[in-house]
Amino acid sequence: MAVADSHDTAHDDHHDHGEFIAHHFDSAEQQFDSGKLGIWIFLVTEVLFFSGLFVAYTLWRNHHPEVFEQAHVFLNKYLGGMNTIVLLFSSLTMALAVRSAQLGKNKQCSLYLLITMVCASMFLGVKAVEYSHKWDMGIFVRSAFDFHAGHHAAEPGTLAASLGVSPYLIKLSFIPAILLVGCIVASVIGKMTEKPLLSKFLVGMAVTVGGYFLGVVVGQVFVAATEGGSHASVVSPTEPLMLHAMTSEDGDHQAGDGEEHDHAEGEKHDHADGEIHETHHNEHHDDAHAMDHGPDPSKFDRDIGTFFSIYYCMTGLHAIHIIGGIIALAWLYWRSLAAHWRPDYFGPVDFVGLYWHLVDLIWIYLFPLLYLIE
Amino acid sequence: MAEHHADHPSFNHPAPLKLLYGVFIALIGLTILTVVVSTLGLPPAIAFPVAMLIATAKAFLVCAFFMHMLWDKGFNILFFFSSVLFVSLFIGLTLTDTSEYQNTIDAFPRAEDVAAP
Repeated sequence: MAVADSHDTAHDDHHDHGEFIAHHFDSAEQQFDSGKLGIWIFLVTEVLFFSGLFVAYTLWRNHHPEVFEQAHVFLNKYLGGMNTIVLLFSSLTMALAVRSAQLGKNKQCSLYLLITMVCASMFLGVKAVEYSHKWDMGIFVRSAFDFHAGHHAAEPGTLAASLGVSPYLIKLSFIPAILLVGCIVASVIGKMTEKPLLSKFLVGMAVTVGGYFLGVVVGQVFVAATEGGSHASVVSPTEPLMLHAMTSEDGDHQAGDGEEHDHAEGEKHDHADGEIHETHHNEHHDDAHAMDHGPDPSKFDRDIGTFFSIYYCMTGLHAIHIIGGIIALAWLYWRSLAAHWRPDYFGPVDFVGLYWHLVDLIWIYLFPLLYLIE
Repeated sequence: MAEHHADHPSFNHPAPLKLLYGVFIALIGLTILTVVVSTLGLPPAIAFPVAMLIATAKAFLVCAFFMHMLWDKGFNILFFFSSVLFVSLFIGLTLTDTSEYQNTIDAFPRAEDVAAP
């Protein structure tokens, strides 16, 4: 199986060109080295691309360390840690896929690539649980930040309510669900029209998308296990906010924990956009009240919203890279099934592998920077 | 299927399996370590450098072994790490400048206050 492909002789006018050695290269080695330099250049641009967000992070943390201390309670470090391990495992299987391709073991390579893709999808599934959990509490980017202790209960009768999950999770899972059904249907059609390679590829893609749903289930179980299942965890995040609001020369607000927060929310709403009132906030506030009591406690909400702007940008851009990686891996998976790799031609697997490890590297830094703040 | 290294061209260096598994176990160990350290409640002045040190150790393992840097051409590696130089310039120079306009910012009303009647 090592040299599964017949050597293509169509181009073989001057050199011993293999099937996939482009004509403008003297040798397989020259082609490989060019590709390698190319992917390193791309990775440099990727590092610089992400560095802008790291600058935003550094500046914000430097100027407002207290915001980061307040914000960390919203992030589940055990869920993040588990996701880190999933990503590290996918990096291992990627390295093993590269090794298989180097040895010309196409079948083994396709299996390792499939595991890599499933882990990548699983990572996204866990992320979807994490995001939807936050959105339930109104934790959005700065401009839409609307924290409220306690979940928005799913409306009775909806799919979300019957499954006991967040309505946002249902919306996020819509595309993977379509992809899953599409892959299965297309695979069956491929089987019936006697396209074994296509059919096999689509089964692999269906398994990959299935990884997303595995991630969702694991994420839900993990959230329930580490946050006690009850809504106790949802209440605790308000405490640092309270603390900060109270210590900033404001005596009157000390009574009534939950109310204090609602109050702050109400004010924020009023300042921002009169249209988006929630009625239960209105009864607690008036604008003159905000003037009487020194610093506006709602500004702490605002600053935590900025933390989450940075959080969503960084993890979101990373997630987009994961999706891009899955697409590149799918291409490799197809070529592995077609048995294209040989000891002198494995460049694409190596190059996508480098990209995949870079995505992993970025997560290695994002994880302690975002999740492990104390 | 036997591994026939004799067939391999010079640019093909399959990493030993034991090495890859060993690196993975080390990475998992470091991940668990960094989570445990974060729960110890160390002061931020210590906890942050420790977390970054562990992350850099993990990054080294991934670069050196998973990304095959140890077997790669020196030029490629130099090229890649030049990006780190530019990132540190980017962060460093921005940090030195960042407090420069704080007075102007403080003098400027917050968006919320402007919107208030």
